[in-house]
Amino acid sequence: MVFGERFGGQEFLFTKDARIRRFPGGRRYVAAIAAAMLLVGACSGEFPQSSLHPTADFGEHIDRLYRTIVWWALGVFVVVESALFFVIVRFRERRGSPEPKHVHGSTLLEVGWTLAPAVVLIFIAVPTIRTIFRTDGAPPEGALQVEVIGHQWWWEFRYPTYGITTANEMHIPVGRPVTLVMTSADVIHSFWAPKLGGKRDVMPGRTTRITFTPDSAGVVFGQCAEFCGESHANMRLRVMVDDTAGFAAWAAQQQTIPPPADSLTGLVQAGLQAFRVVRDPANHSCIACHAVQGVSLGVLGPNLTHVGSRATLASGILPNTTEGLTRWLRDPPSEKPGSLMPKVDLTDDEIAALVAYLQSLQ
Amino acid sequence: MATSVAAHAPSSAATLASRIWSWITTTDHKRIGILYGATAFVFFLVGGFEALLMRLQLASPGSSLVSAEAYNQLFTMHGTTMVFLALMPLSAAFFNYIVPLQLGARDVAFPRLNAFSYWLFVLGGLFMNASFVVGAAPNAGWFGYANLTSTQFSPGLHVDFWVIGLQVVGAASVVAAINFIVTIINLRAPGMRLMRMPVFTWMVLVTQFIIVTAFPVITIALVFLLFDRFFGTNFYSVAAGGDVLLWQHLFWLFGHPEVYILILPAMGIISEVIPTFSRKPLFGYAIVVYSGLLIGILGWGVWAHHMFQVGLGPVADSVFAATTMLIAIPTGVKIFNWIATVWGGKVRLATAMLFALGFVAQFILGGLSGVMHSSPPADLQQTDTYFVVAHFHYVLVGGAIMGIFAGIYYWWPKMTGRLLSETIGKWHFWLFVIGTNLTFFPMHFVGLLGMPRRIYTYDPALGLDAMNLVSTIGALVSGISVLVFVYNVWWSRKRGERAGGDPWGGATLEWSVSSPPPPYNFSVIPEVVSRLPRWSVKGMREIPEVPAEPIHVPGGSYWPVVAAVGVVVAATGAILHSLWVVLGGAAVLAVSIYAWAFEPFEV
Repeated sequence: MVFGERFGGQEFLFTKDARIRRFPGGRRYVAAIAAAMLLVGACSGEFPQSSLHPTADFGEHIDRLYRTIVWWALGVFVVVESALFFVIVRFRERRGSPEPKHVHGSTLLEVGWTLAPAVVLIFIAVPTIRTIFRTDGAPPEGALQVEVIGHQWWWEFRYPTYGITTANEMHIPVGRPVTLVMTSADVIHSFWAPKLGGKRDVMPGRTTRITFTPDSAGVVFGQCAEFCGESHANMRLRVMVDDTAGFAAWAAQQQTIPPPADSLTGLVQAGLQAFRVVRDPANHSCIACHAVQGVSLGVLGPNLTHVGSRATLASGILPNTTEGLTRWLRDPPSEKPGSLMPKVDLTDDEIAALVAYLQSLQ
Repeated sequence: MATSVAAHAPSSAATLASRIWSWITTTDHKRIGILYGATAFVFFLVGGFEALLMRLQLASPGSSLVSAEAYNQLFTMHGTTMVFLALMPLSAAFFNYIVPLQLGARDVAFPRLNAFSYWLFVLGGLFMNASFVVGAAPNAGWFGYANLTSTQFSPGLHVDFWVIGLQVVGAASVVAAINFIVTIINLRAPGMRLMRMPVFTWMVLVTQFIIVTAFPVITIALVFLLFDRFFGTNFYSVAAGGDVLLWQHLFWLFGHPEVYILILPAMGIISEVIPTFSRKPLFGYAIVVYSGLLIGILGWGVWAHHMFQVGLGPVADSVFAATTMLIAIPTGVKIFNWIATVWGGKVRLATAMLFALGFVAQFILGGLSGVMHSSPPADLQQTDTYFVVAHFHYVLVGGAIMGIFAGIYYWWPKMTGRLLSETIGKWHFWLFVIGTNLTFFPMHFVGLLGMPRRIYTYDPALGLDAMNLVSTIGALVSGISVLVFVYNVWWSRKRGERAGGDPWGGATLEWSVSSPPPPYNFSVIPEVVSRLPRWSVKGMREIPEVPAEPIHVPGGSYWPVVAAVGVVVAATGAILHSLWVVLGGAAVLAVSIYAWAFEPFEV
């Protein structure tokens, strides 16, 4: 695979440059250089949140532009630093160095090095503006619309055409344009899943959009990129790019209604009771904040109707396993400092029952 | 109040109390410069310590050295401290000490106002750091984005300390800026036309104009925030129809010019150091000066490049990309002119020169990464990540701090009469270069590979542990290099070689008087016939060591410090929500301004 193919290249200035062709495996070479420079041998591993390994058109447009700029910058860097080190070495004081002539300037040279950066900048500005208009246009017909609502410190995703509400893990199909329509319930956040493309702020009182088309399936990591308070670092997200059939299956599953309460038995039934019970005096009932279709209507926390089908918990900081759920239920603020979900006094039995119930919500 | 030919410091016979009193009441620009430098250096150590704690926390993923809340306080105070309490006043130390000497003046235009600026700065800085003592240090970032700073999302005193502290420190900067503009315009020695001024003084002048015009913008933004928090107004309240982007526009309208407030003085310093140690005049003086002016002016037209990720639309993005790229041109011109100054010279690699050349070498990198995020699509992947952290630390540490160290090594002998050790200085330089590059270079990749800024912990699955550890090691090396510098200062005080008036063969007026200069600076005000008076073919008349007749030097005044105390008492009253304390502070301020106005100062 060479750059020319990957980048489709008409405006990529170095497509025909043989030197670049010597770097097979295109996108990993910057990371590889980093690794070499830092003498970190193990750096060839995965970078699930990398902007240098895009898997959607938005990210690829940016990556191509970025690489154009990097080559120019590298050229300028080599020329200017070489000039600097040359003059330092060449004109270093030695025994018998003559007293320098007092040159005060040279109009010709000064005009020259005013124009030179201007010319380089034109080569950066033109593809920049082209990419701005290419990546910031109206969404195409038939794009899948996902509403993104930022909360301190988790992500709510709604699919209006499917009637699905979920949290922290967004499923989208490969190959279909996706438009994220974003706003915030509290402070400014920023949606950033680097492999898909650039970040966009998610603001209260405003609606912002980004559009992209993922071109390969897989799990993309992301997280909030605008400082949003105490647990900003813990506001992570996953984008599950499914193949078309996988997405359809996921959507169908998310649209199912959980079994009626009286059909539940054993530990799961006990968990439902613990979920529903009104706790005094602070009213820290699960149902006060969380919705489970057919059970509760809370809107302050994530919708849990299909929480058992998610891979992670608490905006991506814990695995959705028995152990992870238990840790979370035992003391949420110690896992996610400042979390709105308080530490509720639960017995071990209650926690075990709640874990069973939440896991049953597939 | 008149003293003639007073010693630089009172005689050793003076009691300790009277010596301290003489520093508190001093209006001598040189002593105020030393106070600025010493205070700012202490704040620099505090800000550096905060940085080290952050780097130790990030040395591995999931570390629990500090809590999330503590980390947020650390990065907020690191940024606020380094920008407002370390870098700006470190530059101000040189404005104070060097500018009047370069101008051939006996002091600044308003000596008591100068003292007031200093005391306001130091008390404002202490006020803001007092927040740590009461466990309520600011925690919403140095950029304090609305609406996270509202009482709803930031209850408690954290943001109050920040808002009020910044107002106090900002007032100190504006007052000082007015003073320096008047000084530079009015107190130039006969014959020193504007285009004969040393480049450092030129860059100071440009910087002061930026301060005077930029600080009112953040003052307004902060007043809005103060009113929102204290009186329930709704400037940034979304529920009441306010707009969170108003803050961002105002903040960056100030914030980008602020970047040039930080870097232009350092550019001025190295424009003095490089010619001196190349034994050649600055190449293209006029174009270097005009580039500085142009950077200052263009700096006003680029603020929205800090906001590409909010989605301003393709037209606004394109315009701000273009204006931002334009700034690269005058910046590039300066770099080429510095290199051309060295060309054909006789380069002496003294420590001051090493730091100046280190500035050029590292600023190139910071400038180029700056060009990368002048491109909005690229910026969407880089902003709010460690890539940007790498970028501006190359500019502000590799650039501004290196420039300030160049200035310290260059002017230290002028200020103290003794040289710093060149051997220790070289250790300091190389450790600093290695340490800062080890810290900041990997951050480019850490950011591009997905690490956002302002996070107290990160997912080990990101694959960024090793690079973060390298950054932490680099930070420790940088910390050690600063300790080496402290040792050098101690060494110089004890054993430093006597400098004489002109240890480097400098071209500008400050080198024509003794080190340290007498309180009146110049026994005879020099006549300036050339841009480089001490190198000019016609030469300059030697300035006699002893004046022909006694020179009147204004005595000190305690009213500036009393006035500054009044301001900080009022600020404390606001924190305590006590109107009486605020009024008390205001009364102290009013009385001291009155007393100051009628104090017989000049006689």
